Amino acid sequence: MDFNFSDEQNMVRDGISRLVREQYDWDTRRAVIASESGWRPEFWAQLAELGMLAAPFSEEDGGFGGGAVETMLIMEEFGKGLVVEPFIPSVVCAGGFLKHAGTAAQKEEYLSAIIAGEKVFAFAYAEPQGRYDLANLTTTAKKEGDGYSLNGHKAVVIGAPWASHFVVTARTSGGQSDTGGVSVFIVAKDADGVSLRDYATVDGRRASEVYFENVSVSADALIGELDNGLPLIESVVDEATAAVCAEATGAMQVTHAMTLEYAKQRKQFGVPISSFQVLQHRMVDMFMEYEQSISMSYLATIKLDEDEATRKHAVSSAKVRVGQSARFVGQSAVQTHGGMGVTDETAVGSYFKRLSIIESEFGSVDHHMRRHVKLTAAQ
Amino acid sequence: MNLEFTAEEKAFRDEVRNFIENNYPQNIERAAVQDDMSPDDMTAWHKILGEKGWSVPAWPEQYGGTGWTPTQRYIWSEENARVNAVMPLPFGVAMVGPVIYTFGNEEQKAKHLPGIRSGDVWWCQGYSEPGAGSDLASLKTTAVRDGDDYIINGQKTWTTLAQHADWGFFLCRTDPDAPKPQQGISFILVDMNTPGIEVRPIKLIDGGYEVNEVWLTDVRVPAENLIGEENKGWTYAKFLLAHERSGIAGVARSKRGVEQLKEIATHEMLDGEPLLQDMGFATKISQLEIDLAALEITELRTLAGEQAGKGPGPESSLLKVKGTEIQQRLTELTLEAVGHYGTPDFRSFPADGSNDFPIGPDYAHSAAPTYFNMRKTSIYGGSNEIQRNIITKMVLGL
Repeated sequence: MDFNFSDEQNMVRDGISRLVREQYDWDTRRAVIASESGWRPEFWAQLAELGMLAAPFSEEDGGFGGGAVETMLIMEEFGKGLVVEPFIPSVVCAGGFLKHAGTAAQKEEYLSAIIAGEKVFAFAYAEPQGRYDLANLTTTAKKEGDGYSLNGHKAVVIGAPWASHFVVTARTSGGQSDTGGVSVFIVAKDADGVSLRDYATVDGRRASEVYFENVSVSADALIGELDNGLPLIESVVDEATAAVCAEATGAMQVTHAMTLEYAKQRKQFGVPISSFQVLQHRMVDMFMEYEQSISMSYLATIKLDEDEATRKHAVSSAKVRVGQSARFVGQSAVQTHGGMGVTDETAVGSYFKRLSIIESEFGSVDHHMRRHVKLTAAQ
Repeated sequence: MNLEFTAEEKAFRDEVRNFIENNYPQNIERAAVQDDMSPDDMTAWHKILGEKGWSVPAWPEQYGGTGWTPTQRYIWSEENARVNAVMPLPFGVAMVGPVIYTFGNEEQKAKHLPGIRSGDVWWCQGYSEPGAGSDLASLKTTAVRDGDDYIINGQKTWTTLAQHADWGFFLCRTDPDAPKPQQGISFILVDMNTPGIEVRPIKLIDGGYEVNEVWLTDVRVPAENLIGEENKGWTYAKFLLAHERSGIAGVARSKRGVEQLKEIATHEMLDGEPLLQDMGFATKISQLEIDLAALEITELRTLAGEQAGKGPGPESSLLKVKGTEIQQRLTELTLEAVGHYGTPDFRSFPADGSNDFPIGPDYAHSAAPTYFNMRKTSIYGGSNEIQRNIITKMVLGL
């Protein structure tokens, strides 16, 4: 039993923590998300320069020999600053696909560029009809000459406006929700037949509806096995889910600290409202919720490399706990802030909104509860 | 004990249903969130009802009330909710109107009640201040008597839709030396066009502008705008708050919300079945309906008490707490139901008018903003913590 981080891991955490504190204060973030592009490519370049985009990759893949723990530490700090840059889509998701199943040539072409921050990926997996079912796909990739032709519509692709490339899940055979017949492709955003409709998200990020119309890709755009992509997708999405759980724990800690501070400052009836027991207990509950979430974030992260059933069980357990806590902590923070909590003028509202969306990111509480039930029943 | 409507009540229901069907304006654009609606759309139904004589059903008949029983008023709000009607805003008809006809003088009644009934005059409420929220009695805005006028200075906040208001009712401190803070407050009507008033919209977390800061600098108001007696304003304010709470349960609107949620859950699919068929989600909807039924019967019991001559009392705090919890729960489930399409911010959508590339179903667009916005309900009108304090003191006697 050891809950300590290695010296290298502590260095990653300290470095990211400092960077976020120094460069990601709330006013700066506010200006960035309101800007035309909605992100800071120079911040991304700085992350690359500091080696943070390389942190979760092995040395042979061009990384520093880290893994899921490094991702967790980085995401927790990003959660504290509500960092909008696409670490999960580009590094955790696209990087994850390449790490697990990329050929040497694919790694050479894409992974090193992801690590260098030169190529930025978005993960186009969700579809309008599919809810959180990763196999429910109407996007198709049909054999065409040596390569494939893609057609379909991907929903709410986070970070797509900033991306140079997509990882796209598509059906290569079988029926709409079959577990077999799913494959994974790399598609350049500037490929013929790719069109986007960009928008902002309610939690300060950018996303797009992405349409593929007879988009031709070569045979080497396929990542992993043809028709057998689902286990790979599930594995990467579990890693992304663990990462978003870590982000939530960071956001919850700051939200709690902010609430405590406000309650100490705000006076009503001649005393700080922090002296009212009903608010004290609410803030105690917030504290207990995020502590439980930190524990579950650790659990999910540690179990990512174990067998499939163990991994899924741990990740779904974590997402349920974290999703519920995110809602409680966000709502309680707003309630304790009173009217100030529902204005756009205070940071707490931004944290509340991000926590509200995290609840359903990579599967809602209900989705993961169902998966947990099924896994438990199968044991 | 009988929960069925009588034959007369059923006939009344048919009459109002028929009137609504024939007269509710079809051209009202109900925006995704309410404050995005145009002021004309927000008052259109109010003005039609004003002409019909149905805009202030709860008022005494001598002031233009309909003389309906509480049950009939309940039926009225149910029937309006059925068509998702945009009802008259509460600031005139439910708040200052009853204060004016209860505590105002004849001139004030003659001057203000007609405009409230007709919907021609838009009212706002100047109560909260930056330092006076739950502790409203600590308010600092002053009104100093100067000849035939009061001169008002101070700052109000959370003033809902003040950007459209013609008149406001303000709580001001007229006796800073009163032994208790509640004893030095007066209730004053202010023409919002008076020089010295500045209204600054506050952006809320849903991106809309529904509340405002109102800054008052040397605002000169005729002393005849004082309601009742000087320094007795707290009594009138408490009277008003009880009225505000009795409508706050929002049963009819929540019932409509449940229907909309079910509609959404029939379109959203899970494992090839409508989400509504999923036992987990259906259970949550059932729980909401059960809680709503309990609230509805509780409200009807309160109404029956009112019919028997009991005014709205501290029981209305129960309606506020449970009503707002249900309203908020409804927005949580709606956001859950729409899945991925709760994430896009519809305010940022390209305004090219094109429907070629829809960004998810229309019903999803308001899910997150409404969820965010409705957090206000457990804060405003006396926070739910304050409501529980009221029940602790007034009902439990602790």
